[in-house]
Parts: sequence; structure tokens; C-alpha cells
Amino acid sequence: MTAPNASPTPARHRRRVQRLGYAFLTLAAVATVAPIVLVVAHIVVQGAPAISLAFLTEMPRAGMRQGGVLPAILGTFWLTLGTGALAVPLGIGAATYLAEYAPESRWTRAIRVALINLAGIPSVVYGLFGLGLFVLFLQFGTSLLAGSLTLSLMTLPVIISTAEEALRAVPNSFRVVSISLGGTRWQTVRRIVLPQALPGILTGVILGLERAAGETAPILFTAASFFLPRLPQSVFDPTMALPYHLFVISTQVPEMPVRLQYGTALVLLAFVLGMNLLATLIRSRARARRTW
Amino acid sequence: MPAKIVIEDLSVAYSDGTESLRGVSLSIADRAITVLFGPAGGGKSTLLRALNRLNDLADVVTVSGHVWLDGADLVDPRLDVVALRRKVGMVFAQPVVLPLSIRGNLTYGLELAGVRGRSRLEDAAERALRAAALWDEVRDRLDEPAAALSGGQQQRLCLARVLALEPQVILLDEPTSGLDPISTGSVEATLQELKKRYTIVLVPHSLQQAARMADYAGFVLAGQLIEFAPGRQIFTHPRDKRTEDYVEGRYG
Repeated sequence: MTAPNASPTPARHRRRVQRLGYAFLTLAAVATVAPIVLVVAHIVVQGAPAISLAFLTEMPRAGMRQGGVLPAILGTFWLTLGTGALAVPLGIGAATYLAEYAPESRWTRAIRVALINLAGIPSVVYGLFGLGLFVLFLQFGTSLLAGSLTLSLMTLPVIISTAEEALRAVPNSFRVVSISLGGTRWQTVRRIVLPQALPGILTGVILGLERAAGETAPILFTAASFFLPRLPQSVFDPTMALPYHLFVISTQVPEMPVRLQYGTALVLLAFVLGMNLLATLIRSRARARRTW
Repeated sequence: MPAKIVIEDLSVAYSDGTESLRGVSLSIADRAITVLFGPAGGGKSTLLRALNRLNDLADVVTVSGHVWLDGADLVDPRLDVVALRRKVGMVFAQPVVLPLSIRGNLTYGLELAGVRGRSRLEDAAERALRAAALWDEVRDRLDEPAAALSGGQQQRLCLARVLALEPQVILLDEPTSGLDPISTGSVEATLQELKKRYTIVLVPHSLQQAARMADYAGFVLAGQLIEFAPGRQIFTHPRDKRTEDYVEGRYG
């Protein structure tokens, strides 16, 4: 019989492998965090000097080389709101149908496969589809409406799948109890299941809308305009939007001050990260209060 | 004994082909405790759930026979199951309080039934809590989340929640399986009190509880009702050999 320390080489070898593995995992973790920190820091440092009340509340002037980005901020706000107004009720409705009503069948499996594939379609394809259907065929023109509809289509799969997951996470015993107390299926869904799933649903909604707010391709042909001297007056008007505006001033406008480009990027980043933060807050608060 | 529920030749089968109940017939007495006991997986819960149609939620494919309650056949697919479940309440093995306040749990069923008016709901809640022997413990904290109660209190709240609907029949599926002896004693005492006004069908969590609680008892084995008799008789002088072996602890 040999004592454990009678064979020092394998033990030392194991320790070295252990240390090496640990170092590699640490590196992998750092490698995922570092780019985010660097990108955000870079944009904040470069863009902060451009931020002022005037930058946020004024129309662009002098071929967008001076003035503010108000129409782009408002445009992105309205587009996000419009997307939400269309995609949220539809998405929650579809998720509720899938999670609470539809029996497991070939039909629901087909819906799920379709959703997974919809989520994988490149955003520029949604843009072209929106151009064909909403802008041209339905004659909405390049407008807030057409853009919101296109962004809704792109956002729906995200909202539906996260909402369905949130609904399925609600313990089934609640449903059985509610029904045993004389509840109908709809009463059970409305009074117990939906309220319990709401934080999870909201998280999905915000994450979906956040993606919509930051996208350029879907609005490129359906809503966005290079430059507009005035704000949109109705849903049938085209609009400026932050992501598209950023693209324009970064590539299409000669002698554009770099400061304003970074400023615009910072505003877009703040918009999107702010929504992300809100989603995180909702989720953690709901988790703390949950009883199951 | 005046019968509240009459079960005639009831058979239930699940979609995977397993037969859960086969030709069960019995009468359940009004204002008494009827105990259904036997080894696990024998079909006791399925029999219980046939009485308020909770089997509808499971993948039951065929049901034959009849279950009569006040002249209505509970097996009839056209039956108003929502009305039935208000009349036949159920307490489950695990106390599942709804994610609402204590008061919210009590008034939930009534609100679904369309009962309005704060004072009416509060009176019903208080009556139900008193009947379930929980009033003194929770009277000052009715607006707190029900999940904050102890396990025993939660199970009595589940019972009170059923009582608030003023049902005629109360079904209990191993209601004390998760409770300590003191809470179990409290629930059993409550049931003894309640049987003066309600028809109670109990699946006990132990043979001892079956013997303690049964006015009438049925031995359920492999989907069949082997023997049905007054409790005193079945636990002391069972007629069927299988009942005798089970009662004496030879299997199960």
C-alpha cells in the first residue's frame, strides 16, 4: 500500500491542471465582460462632452452638423411605443393561448417552430417585408405606422416565447386549486396566472422593445428619413430615429463633427441600456416578492 | 343512512390505457365521514376527483357509469362543472394557498361566483375561518400574504376557503399528509365538527387516521371497491380476506 504523498508527481500534476483550468475560466469570464465595459466607457468618454440640454431638445441645423437630435429621440420613442402598442397585446395573447389553452398538438408544435424561425430571420429581411406589405401594398407609405408594424413583427417572437415561458413557470397547482373553487379557465388565467407571470412577461416585453429601439434595418425602408425639418404630425408621416440617424451622420454626412456622432451614440446607448436596467429591476423585485 | 351521493358502476380509464377505476358502486352518506382507504395508486384520488369532475383536467378518456348527486348525474358531459365545484369542494394533500392575502384566499371562490359587497364577503370569510378553527390565529392579519402562514395554518386556510363557498360536500385528499401531529389533530377535530353539517369524503394519509375518522369506510384496491361498511365493522371484522390482510398490515 502506498500513502497518498508517496507519489508526489500525479498530485502536483493535478494541482497544475487545476490552476491552469481555473485561469482559463477566469480569462473567459473577463473576455465577455471586458468588451462591454470598454465599449460603454469609450462612448461615454467620447460622447459626454456633446450632451447638453440643447443637444437633447433642439432640431438639427446646418446639414445636421450643428444643433440637437430631438427628432431622432422622439422618433425612436414613438416607434418603440407604437411597436409596443401592437406587439404587446398580440404577443401576450398568443403566449396565453399557447400556454393556457392550446392542447399539445401538431398545430401548436408548428406554431412554435414558426416562432423559433421568425426569431432567426435577419432584421433586414423584416425591413424588406415591411416595405413590400405595409409601405407599398397597404400604402401606408414610409411612416411611423409602417415602421412600428415592421418592428412589431420582428419583436413578436421574442415577446411570445418569453411570455409563454413566464406563464408556464406559474405552478400548476394554482390552476387546479382555482378551478376546484369554481373558477373558469379564463378567471383562473386572469386572476391568478397572468398576475403571477406579469414580471416575467414585462421583462420579455422590455427586452423585445429594446431590440426594436436599437434596430436600423427594419426601419430603413419603412419609417426612417434622412432628415426632416419638422416632427411627424401623424402615424402616416415618416420619422427620424436614433439608430438610422447615427448611421447617416457616421457615413453619409461629410465633415460631420465626431463629437456629435459619439453624442448620438451615447443617447441611443442610454435609451437601450436604460430599458435593460428597468427589465432587470422588475425581475429582481418580483423575485424577492414571489412566494413560490 | 340517507345517501347524499350514489355511485353506480363507475369506471374510469386514462388515455395511456391504464384503467383507474373498475365498476365501483357505493352510497355516500349525508352528514357523515366516508373514508376511502387502500394502498397508493389504487384509484382513491381518481374516485374522489370524479365527485367534482377534477378528472376533467387529467387525460381521462373514458368514463362510464353514473354518479348521482341531488338527482344530477355528475358523469354527464353537459353538466355545469363550475356550479358543481361550488357545491363539492376539495382540499388537497399539499396545502396550496393562492398567491393572495389570507382574506383574498377566502373570498376568491365567492368573487368568482359573482358575490359582491364588502360586508358579505367579510362575513363569509369570518364564518369560514371560525369553522376551520383558524379565526383566533389570523383575525388580526387578514391582509397579510397567505404564504406567510405555517403549513398547518395553510391547510386549515385551504379548508376554510372551501367552507366559504358553503358547499354541500367536502372532499379531502390526504389533507394531513404534510402536517405535524398537533396540526393533524386540529384538522381532524374540525372535520368531526363539520360532519354535523356537511357530507365529507376523506382519503386518509394513514390507516390509523382511517380508523379514527370513518363513519363509513371503503377499501379500494387496484381500481376496485373491495369492501364497503361502517367504519367500526370494516376495521375490526372485515369480511374480505384482502381487506383483512391490508388492515392487519400484511401489505400496502
